[in-house]
Amino acid sequence: MLKTLLKSVRQYKKETLLSPLCVVVEVFIEMYIPYIMGLLIDNGINKGDMDYVRKMGLFTILLTLVSLVLGASASYFSAHAAAGFTANLRQDMFYHMQDFSFENIDKFSSASLVTRLTTDTNNIQQAYQMSIRMAVRAPFMMIISLVMAVSISWRLTLVFLVAVPVLALAMILIIKNARPYFPRIFRAYDELNRKVRENIRGVREVKTYVHEEEQIENFENSTSKIYKLFSRAMFIMAFNGPVMTLMIDAVMLALSWFGAKLIVGHQLATGQLVSMFSYTMSILMSLMILSMIFTQLMMAQSSGRRVADVLTAKPTIVNPAKSPLTSVTNGEIVFDHVDFKYDKEDAHYALKDIDLQIKSGETLGIIGETGSSKSTLISMIPRLYDVTGGAVRVGGHNVRSYDLKTLRDNVAVVLQKNVLFSGTIKDNLKWGNEKASDEEIVRAAKIAHADGFIREMPDGYDTMVEQGGNNVSGGQKQRITIARALLKKPKILILDDSTSAVDTKTEREIREALKRDLPETTKIIISQRIVSIKDADRIVVMNHGKIEDVGTHDELIKHNDLYSSIAKFQEENSK
Amino acid sequence: MTKKQAQQPSQMQTLTRLLKYVYRVSPAALIVSLVSVIISAAASVVGSLFIEQVIDRYITPMLKQKSPDFGPLAHAVLLMAGIYAIGLVANYLFTLLMMVLSQQVQKQIRNEMFTHMQRLPIAFFDQNEYGDIMSRYTNDIDTLMQMISQALPMFANSVFSVVFVLAGMFYLSWQLTLVSLVVVLLSLGVVRYLTGKSSYYFDQQQKTVGTVNGYNEEMLNGLKVIKVFSHEPEAKADFDRYNDQLRIASGKANTYATILFPIMGNIGNLLYVLIALLGGAAILAGNIPLTLGALASFMQLSKAFIMPIAQISQQLNAIVLAIAGARRIFQVLDEKVEVDDGQVTIEEKPGVKNAWQWKVPTENGFKYVPVKGHIVFDHVNFGYVPGKQILHDISLEAKPGMKVALVGETGAGKTTISSMINRFYEINSGTITYDGIDIKDIKKDDLRKSVSIVLQETHMFTGNIMENIRFGRPDASDDDVYQAARLARADEFIHDLDDGYETVIDGGGSDLSQGQLQLLSIARAMIADKPVMILDEATSSIDTRTERLVQVGMDNLLAGRTSFVIAHRLSTIVNSDLIMVLDHGRVLEAGNHDQLLAKQGYYYELYTGKKEIQ
Repeated sequence: MLKTLLKSVRQYKKETLLSPLCVVVEVFIEMYIPYIMGLLIDNGINKGDMDYVRKMGLFTILLTLVSLVLGASASYFSAHAAAGFTANLRQDMFYHMQDFSFENIDKFSSASLVTRLTTDTNNIQQAYQMSIRMAVRAPFMMIISLVMAVSISWRLTLVFLVAVPVLALAMILIIKNARPYFPRIFRAYDELNRKVRENIRGVREVKTYVHEEEQIENFENSTSKIYKLFSRAMFIMAFNGPVMTLMIDAVMLALSWFGAKLIVGHQLATGQLVSMFSYTMSILMSLMILSMIFTQLMMAQSSGRRVADVLTAKPTIVNPAKSPLTSVTNGEIVFDHVDFKYDKEDAHYALKDIDLQIKSGETLGIIGETGSSKSTLISMIPRLYDVTGGAVRVGGHNVRSYDLKTLRDNVAVVLQKNVLFSGTIKDNLKWGNEKASDEEIVRAAKIAHADGFIREMPDGYDTMVEQGGNNVSGGQKQRITIARALLKKPKILILDDSTSAVDTKTEREIREALKRDLPETTKIIISQRIVSIKDADRIVVMNHGKIEDVGTHDELIKHNDLYSSIAKFQEENSK
Repeated sequence: MTKKQAQQPSQMQTLTRLLKYVYRVSPAALIVSLVSVIISAAASVVGSLFIEQVIDRYITPMLKQKSPDFGPLAHAVLLMAGIYAIGLVANYLFTLLMMVLSQQVQKQIRNEMFTHMQRLPIAFFDQNEYGDIMSRYTNDIDTLMQMISQALPMFANSVFSVVFVLAGMFYLSWQLTLVSLVVVLLSLGVVRYLTGKSSYYFDQQQKTVGTVNGYNEEMLNGLKVIKVFSHEPEAKADFDRYNDQLRIASGKANTYATILFPIMGNIGNLLYVLIALLGGAAILAGNIPLTLGALASFMQLSKAFIMPIAQISQQLNAIVLAIAGARRIFQVLDEKVEVDDGQVTIEEKPGVKNAWQWKVPTENGFKYVPVKGHIVFDHVNFGYVPGKQILHDISLEAKPGMKVALVGETGAGKTTISSMINRFYEINSGTITYDGIDIKDIKKDDLRKSVSIVLQETHMFTGNIMENIRFGRPDASDDDVYQAARLARADEFIHDLDDGYETVIDGGGSDLSQGQLQLLSIARAMIADKPVMILDEATSSIDTRTERLVQVGMDNLLAGRTSFVIAHRLSTIVNSDLIMVLDHGRVLEAGNHDQLLAKQGYYYELYTGKKEIQ
């Protein structure tokens, strides 16, 4: 995991190394200062040597200034290294996600990808910054202090032999006992937030069904749960501070007692005892900081794993390795005994033994009930998913032999769940073709019957689309997305229930315009409405992942029970 | 929190209110912790002075003694151990108490906020974005807790430490104290500058984080569309731009945040050396009456002096942040709750299931009016915000058992009219009566118990499918649930799920299609079985064949009940008893299908496809 993540350090290696370097020198100086101060008292003040005092004093001030610069530099380097590393990490993730197949996206889910790209990288940034500064500082400070303390008086240092293991043991006990609570607390928080979310989003339901009291009770259960868990964890965690203080105090007292004995026995100078106190504080402080770092790193660990999972996920659909085809000759499509399931583990096939030839320029309708795999079928053409068995051929070649961009530029799909992005309507249309001229844009919009209402909007084609496209109606959104697809000038155009919110008259006009203006393009129209597909050259009736029948409207009405029953229902409905 | 911001309370007012709130939750805990903080600060200062005692009073005299007597030293060490022990207990007490107290406050404030939120009118949820309300439960409460559990005790601890240290220093040498104070004042300037810079850049960072997250959210939710359009290179380029902004802001913010401590630490060292130089010189020259031990103690104290000052400054920032959070929380708590002064209640007729009656208070006791579902709008005017009227002079009568359709473009006021019936909003003028009773006279909960609504955008609650259908009527039996699901044509897909009715759906209901969610929501309404039903685009995502089947079940259910239907597909509403055609909040035409067709007006154009419903 660590290896995967650290690959993203790249150009910030310099800062990453400079930070601990500065820290090491800074700590060295910082630890040296109490030693000089001891000398200053013993050799200078005690002996009345004012020259010595002045000389050592100035030297110390110089050292302090150097240490200040180094400390500040370490802050600068560590902050910039961490920010840069995390920016690289985010970039690597984002780029990698762009290579994800639909299968990869489904597996992670968009929401989880967002959290990984935001919250998790933030945790890693904090941890990284700490690792190259504090996590170097604390152990180094402890080692130097220990060495200095030993060099002053190895006898007094023996005190630590008792204190440090006791302290370490206490820390471990505290962390070990408190830690199991934290995942439970985080889960309880998730649950709580989920309840709030549901109640804000579903406020109309709650009020309609007069469920306020139940919801409040339910919510209070969650808050009580958090309170209980947290209090229990805190009861343990609260020992942290006192245990530390207890050890510091005990060591101080022991130093005073044994120090006094040594001084009286002329084995230790007064100034040295003062230095000892300093080093003692340093040692115990570093221990405390270490325990803090340890907890923080623990927390960042799970974030690191979640990020590494994204980075190491293999895109399941990639460009062919050798000489991919970069042009599509025509819009002919062949399904050759295609089988497909969404997950290898599934027993259930979403598509079973699909055999179908579609001529270039043909208009094909697909109809079937919800869940009959209509959308799955067409996802195979631009390789949104790869077939499990059999093959799909476009323009005479297996789709797997095409360059992905070429294939997808030539197979335009208007997805059922479609989205517009923030930006102007024109920006959104240009997704189809970055270089499209204004005339081309208007022409596409006219075919999709979007030109009229776009012009009526306050800023016409320059009207801003809000995030999620909330300021255009469902029918308008669908027509914009059709125009966007048309701008690709595709060989194959697939409309997956893309006119469901458009009224029947406009829909008919769009269909006629497509037929008139794009005679060469193969058109596949998925719909739940018979009227939307009855004029197609052929109609495919899907049923539970299989092709039940293929034929014209008139043929199917006569021979296919499912088709004629759907037609009958809809006819009755519209009367 | 309404758009028109009232006079904002000052920081001091909010802080006072917050402290009062904390005090009210547990006065004892707060007082005990405050006392403990003081004791703990005092004990640590006394601890720093202890070195002077040891060196001056015990070690130095002993050096002169022929046979050193360790008795007094032992005594002092024991005494000190006692003081340390007291400090220790105090330390443990306030850490624990403040942590627990902060959890108590958190629990109570969350509960209060949630309970209050449940009583707020729908208008509140319209005017405030979801993310904004949500962040009050998360970010704002987090900063508040941070403050109570950490910033506040640390702040108090630091303030008292500074006070005690200062007192100790004065006691040792007022001259050296003055020198220290000058250094401290200088460093205070540095601290303020650095913390100012760091909070500025953190602000910048938060803003950039907001943009980056927004961008990521949009791009990742549309990732499939990006792929379909091979738009990856453009997405990468845009991302790089935002990502770099964030890197720069975050680098600066963190530099300033972490640079404070090396700087303060070294200023502490400088002060330490300065004291040694000046103090040493003064002792040697005999200018001030200071012993060597006292100097050592003073130096120790001066070191303990700088850090709390840096702490105070940092904690102040945390406190200011928390005040901003507290203000936003109090805003929610101060929101006006729904008006509900109706006296009329609804109850089940004794002994008859699903037959309801209104209990209307009269001058002498009560009278009972049977619930029939007779809804009358009489010259109703309404606007969501003052000055922007949405409904103009709406009058309509839905006789018991009638199916009333509302037809019109987006923005014509269809949903608005339906929201008036169960009093989601207060009308501006006119009256709405239910069985002849003004709905304002009916207790809100009871009014809502008599109307059920199925919305286009459905929301489920975490739990299994069984629980979600039962949401409509908590006392429904399992068989009732199956029955409702069958009528709503939901049982077919439920059976196909691995766990059937036990299948757990999360809040977003992400595993189910929009059409399936709508079927569940219809089942939920069916089980509730109320005298008046409102169906607002309830079947828009269901395929026409299934819709037809649902319709059969619904027609059975609706027989004898008053219903209001809003639908995009005219096929759903042609058989209505009354069709209200709306345009810009006004009634354009009204009548049944045949009457409206004969009229050859707006409805005729819609029906024949000459006009499109946007």
